[in-house]
Amino acid sequence: MTASVLTRPRTAAAEPANRPRRRLRPGRPIPFGAAIGPLLLLAVWALGSATGWLDPRTLSAPWTVVTTAGDLIADGRLPANLAVSAQRAALGLGIGTVIGTVLAVVAGLSRWGEAVVDGPIQIKRAVPALALVPLLILWLGIGEQMKVTTIALGVFVPVYIHTHNGLRSIDSRYVELGESLRLRRTAFLRRIVLPGALPGFLLGMRFAVVGAWLALVVVEQINSTSGIGYMMDLARQYGQTDVIIVGLVLYGLLGLLSDGAVRLVQRRALSWRRTLAD
Amino acid sequence: MATHAGGLTATRPVRVRDLARGFGDRTVLDGLDLTIGAGEFVALLGRSGSGKSTLLRALAGLDGEVTGSGLVDVPANSSVVFQDARLLPWQRVLDNVVLGLRGPDAAERGRAALAEVGLAGRDRAWPSELSGGEQQRVALARALVSEPELLLADEPFGALDALTRLRMHDLLRRLCDRHRPAVLLVTHDVDEAITLADRVLLLDAGRIAVDLSIDLPAPRSYRQPAFLAHRESLLRALGVDPTEG
Ligand SMILES: Nc1ncnc2c1ncn2[C@@H]1O[C@H](COP(=O)(O)OP(=O)(O)OP(=O)(O)O)[C@@H](O)[C@H]1O
Ligand SMILES: [Mg+2]
Repeated sequence: MTASVLTRPRTAAAEPANRPRRRLRPGRPIPFGAAIGPLLLLAVWALGSATGWLDPRTLSAPWTVVTTAGDLIADGRLPANLAVSAQRAALGLGIGTVIGTVLAVVAGLSRWGEAVVDGPIQIKRAVPALALVPLLILWLGIGEQMKVTTIALGVFVPVYIHTHNGLRSIDSRYVELGESLRLRRTAFLRRIVLPGALPGFLLGMRFAVVGAWLALVVVEQINSTSGIGYMMDLARQYGQTDVIIVGLVLYGLLGLLSDGAVRLVQRRALSWRRTLAD
Repeated sequence: MATHAGGLTATRPVRVRDLARGFGDRTVLDGLDLTIGAGEFVALLGRSGSGKSTLLRALAGLDGEVTGSGLVDVPANSSVVFQDARLLPWQRVLDNVVLGLRGPDAAERGRAALAEVGLAGRDRAWPSELSGGEQQRVALARALVSEPELLLADEPFGALDALTRLRMHDLLRRLCDRHRPAVLLVTHDVDEAITLADRVLLLDAGRIAVDLSIDLPAPRSYRQPAFLAHRESLLRALGVDPTEG
């Protein structure tokens, strides 16, 4: 006891007094931190356009893009195309999510399910969505069916992979608990399996929402007469960079917004978890 | 394979005959016989690796993959308390307590059980917000809320500090006096066994080697000469010299 009291002033002299313990966490969240990076990018873009360093034919100025967006909204082209695109993405996302989740539960809860389901999905995972489009066009034509199917095929893989992984990593002690309480299959699913797999599922959803918009680009720029991708492809033929940029910004915003929505759900649904980021 | 027959005679809720269990070539339980009466509190001692958990898991019906034989007759309505509280982290405390319950009055019964273990009002808390002792009390509430005929506990206080452990002894004894389940409590701690149990068993070489009835008035303590005598004989049977340390 005495020794430690005596040594204390000496260490204090060598180092600043009450030096704070090294924090291993990232620290306090910065207010509106997520906006800083994009705003910086926007500033560089605006500066480049104003100084003439960026040729308008290469990249239109931000204010041109804004006025173009205003015009596109005013004449109804943007809202109409956006509605079509959003509907495709939502439909594909919904169908893909359901398929991915169901397959993950089947593969996660039964050995036979896994034996049958897992292999084909791993194969599908190795084939890019784009590569399937020619085949899907032959099978389904170039209508909505083909587009929604392509999106769903892109979506269900990440949902399956992450939900399945979440299921498989549920602690076996909880399964044993369920057995000791003689839970029925439905209660076991509802209380242990699904909540246990929820973190994995939501991570899969974050990939899935972004993937849905990506697949949308692919299908809308190939054979389409409506949608944001079509609007951009048309603009390419007339050399309208501003319209293309509007489309790109829109894709980016949609991706960000949907990812943000999933993260919001994540934060609310997983409030029981204490993690590094909290 | 072992037979698991549900429900039977009111007087003898637990009957085990000629039970054998093994892992690979290794025999852990070998011709074990065990009877526990209704409302009887039995503590099971044994060296580490002697097969206490194996026996408890056999009674709980949690050893599907283990090879073995023998007759295991336990009430259908039995509960298990594990060494870790084993609360589902994604369910609030009350939902954890009523996990195995069905029926419209489940929440009501769950709240009553929580109040019994001194956690009234904590029903909306997450398990991660509770201390270790509080979590184990929730686990006790979950085990008792279904009014089991048999309570199986595998070192339920093993992870708790000495003071909390003493509190938990009192609590467990009170709860058992009120609900009167038959109890099989696995423990490492000879004093814990003598303090709590009506009967102390010692598992050795795959069988019950010692079966000791403890007939001491409450509150039990070192001050009772019979307590010390029991302690000494049990420690000797466990291969420890009680005069040392
Ligand atoms: N799943 C298993 N696979 C193989 N061997 C096992 C398994 N479970 C237990 N054993 C073996 O069976 C023996 C008895 O184990 P058990 O867990 O029943 O002992 P215990 O009396 O509960 O010990 P402790 O007091 O340390 O908890 C041990 O030798 C152990 O190595
Ligand atoms: Mg054990």
